[in-house]
Amino acid sequence: MSKIKTSFGRRSFLKSSAVAGGGMMLGFSWLASCQSKTEEEVMAMPKEWFEINSYLKIGDNGIVTILSPNPEFGQNVRTSMPMLIAEELDVDWKNVIVEQANYHPENYGFQFTGGSRGIMSRWEPLRMTGASARHMLREAAAKAWQVPLDEITTDAGVLYHKVSNKSAGYGEMASAAAEIPVPEEVKLKEVKDFKIIGKSHKNVDAKSIVTGEPMFGVDFQKEGMLIAMIEHPPAFGMTLKSIDDTEAKAMPGIKDVVSVKSYKDGFEKGGFDTNAFSEIVAIVGNSTWEVMQAKKKLKIEWQLIEAYSETVVGFRGDKKTVNIPAGLESTTSHQIQMEALAAKPGKVVRKDGNPDKAFKDAAKIIERTYSAPFLAHNCMEPMNAFAHVQGDKVHVAAPLQIPALIIPTIASSLDIPVENIQMDLTRMGGGFGRRAYAHYIVEAALISKQVNAPIKLIYTREDDMTNGIYRPTYQATYRAALDKNNNLTALHIKAGGVPESPLFANRFPAGALDNYLAEEWSIDSNITIGAFRAPRSNFMAGAEQSFLDEIAEAAGKDPIQFRLDLLQRAAENPVGEKNDYDAERYAGVLKLVREKSNWDQTPSNVSRGVSAYFCHSTYAAHILDLTLEEGKPVVQKVCCAIDCGIVVNPDAAKNMAEGAITDGIGNALYGELTFKDGAPEKKNFDTYRMIRMGEAPKEIEVHFVQNEINPTGMGEPPFPPIFGALSNAIYKASGKRHYQQPFLGTKKVIG
Amino acid sequence: MANFKLNINGKKQDVNVDPSTPILWVLRDSLQLVGTKYGCGIAQCGACTVHINGAAMRSCQLPVSAVGDKKITTIEGLSENGTHALQKAWIEHDVPQCGYCQAGQIMSASALLKDNPNPSDADIDAAMHGNICRCGTYTRIKAAIKTASKIG
Ligand code: FES
Ligand code: FES
Repeated sequence: MSKIKTSFGRRSFLKSSAVAGGGMMLGFSWLASCQSKTEEEVMAMPKEWFEINSYLKIGDNGIVTILSPNPEFGQNVRTSMPMLIAEELDVDWKNVIVEQANYHPENYGFQFTGGSRGIMSRWEPLRMTGASARHMLREAAAKAWQVPLDEITTDAGVLYHKVSNKSAGYGEMASAAAEIPVPEEVKLKEVKDFKIIGKSHKNVDAKSIVTGEPMFGVDFQKEGMLIAMIEHPPAFGMTLKSIDDTEAKAMPGIKDVVSVKSYKDGFEKGGFDTNAFSEIVAIVGNSTWEVMQAKKKLKIEWQLIEAYSETVVGFRGDKKTVNIPAGLESTTSHQIQMEALAAKPGKVVRKDGNPDKAFKDAAKIIERTYSAPFLAHNCMEPMNAFAHVQGDKVHVAAPLQIPALIIPTIASSLDIPVENIQMDLTRMGGGFGRRAYAHYIVEAALISKQVNAPIKLIYTREDDMTNGIYRPTYQATYRAALDKNNNLTALHIKAGGVPESPLFANRFPAGALDNYLAEEWSIDSNITIGAFRAPRSNFMAGAEQSFLDEIAEAAGKDPIQFRLDLLQRAAENPVGEKNDYDAERYAGVLKLVREKSNWDQTPSNVSRGVSAYFCHSTYAAHILDLTLEEGKPVVQKVCCAIDCGIVVNPDAAKNMAEGAITDGIGNALYGELTFKDGAPEKKNFDTYRMIRMGEAPKEIEVHFVQNEINPTGMGEPPFPPIFGALSNAIYKASGKRHYQQPFLGTKKVIG
Repeated sequence: MANFKLNINGKKQDVNVDPSTPILWVLRDSLQLVGTKYGCGIAQCGACTVHINGAAMRSCQLPVSAVGDKKITTIEGLSENGTHALQKAWIEHDVPQCGYCQAGQIMSASALLKDNPNPSDADIDAAMHGNICRCGTYTRIKAAIKTASKIG
């Protein structure tokens, strides 16, 4: 057993016994439905709750309420995080109720959903929370029974003193435990002793979801609440000039039209304050439909922006200057600019050996260029936020990924202290990175302040798609040098994008090659971009893994063996010191997927593509089986192997992988947002093509590498490599390589 | 504004709204039945699917004035306490991720099963084509529909 110092702040353990009677759960506002239990179970509520620490309360009948700290957007942390606490608390999962914690950094630390970091960062702290509560319960029992502490054992919510044959449920000792000081040190279980972690547990919210209970931001209701919608400039590179609201205001149900300026002059933006349209028009009224109708009657003049530069404080406190050019950008002009920059030398980010000489001496050079368009996140629930400003206080309820990073902005824009912001974290109808940029909450708060009423701001789908924080457009040129024996002697990557480069210079195959050169470039833009499921990896994996297949083919090698040979080199004799992957674990997923898919016996009726990638601390490999039916690609099966360390909730983790695979296939085949004169050319799902039921893989098989390494991320890592597996399978099936995403777009058949 | 007497989940409901108001917003704004979701407003995503006299319809494109006394069923009224075979199958297969599309998916699937208790893969693909799941839970949705068709 490992002993761990209870390093979390004492404040998070301030105890108050008997915080409230059982009615508290039932009467708990609209979010009551975010609890995980059925009515009968809620009826079995305890009469009294005892708060052992900020994450958990134990009822006098042994029912345990666990607060799940991080925002939920479908990654199922509302099940897996409480599982971590319940494991060390040693409680019966049946007796656990999950509640969503509101924003409270002192109690719940960094409440962050993104970067596939949730379970990884909470792995130890949440188990400590459970273990220290268990310790306090044992101490309470030892005191009550006047026996030594180390003779007290627990099992599934019951305390035992075996020697004297005494036992008591947690509920009986909860009141006394709440008075026990928090232990300085706690013991955590060994992996082999886990009873809850590692076994599949159903989504605690499934019942609420399938019965349509209110739980999303957009479902929030409050007495007297008005509905708000916005008008933003029709194109990037434009801003507000003037409003004529006469006609709109005269429409039925309309209360007000206001303009909103999101940032105070001189406000120093954080990296997640991304917002192309910081001056917008808001229209407020009684009902959504009335506001939607009146919104069309707004007459607004827009004007071109001037170029500007701003300093943005990054995630780690680093400052960088961002240049925002003036002008109305178009996809066609981007493409011309990208070609021009790709033809020039880029900024060298890494160079190993002598790539120039290797290319000069090469018997054969393969050069390929890959590209991908802007993508919209298209969360099914459009951006929205509830806000109610009263004097110098605000209550916010909204779906968002990183509350801590928008709080300073809300405080600045409303000119109120941070402590005066109360924020409820609603369930998110998807995030994918988009809801890391929560400018819509600032907008909602400013609208509420101006109209002096509680309001719910809702973006229409069109507003959502055209006011995006998009996945950038990227391009990468790969060159490989082969000697006369077809050995790969050098690799050169030059990658760039609008407005950022997607390059990861220290990722595989860096480290596996004596001669390696990585360069990058970027083009400034006024189109807002941001994190999109596995940022940059979501492009690089596809390009790199397609290119590796081309080299393997040219070298006459099996594509998996070719990768494994490179990984073996990287493991045994790595080049350079900055390689940011573990070559053995990387090879591990390839070997597992090779075995599970029967790679050596590919069925004759399918074409197979392989791909593997490492990002967000997790390794993933896919083998995709494809057929062409009248020219249309049909994904028969995807076999996937993942190494994310210990898998907390296996079936839920599989669901994540399946979703990532389907999402990736959809984006690779259809995903595309183009611009003309600054305006997004797609505004809704009639033109923005999303993957649908009949296009999803017919079967997905997910396998995990079994080990006892601390868990790492699952939301992002299975996403990037599927692009490569698909493109490699399409090549096998059609004989043609596809270098530009989307591979299908609006076409029906693969050309 | 006009008065409409609606038949929703077996209950009579009086609402006073503009006749052009889509059922989606009557449900969500006037009646606080928010299980029916807004996703696109143009009948392209299926998040707003309800049953009108048992047939799956996109409520975002259905004005209240066009409904008359036809029976409207929403996810909240699909079953007593979530006991429809599909709801049980959804839980059994642990289908949802974010969950936002799922009410619409279940409403489309339940209309399908009523007409076609043993749908083939192609039948499911066709009937569910109008329902987008951004999280990509399609394989589980299909498996859950098949399970429900066996027990249903
Ligand atoms: S909201 Fe009705 S189909 Fe999308
Ligand atoms: S579960 Fe998220 S959109 Fe379907």
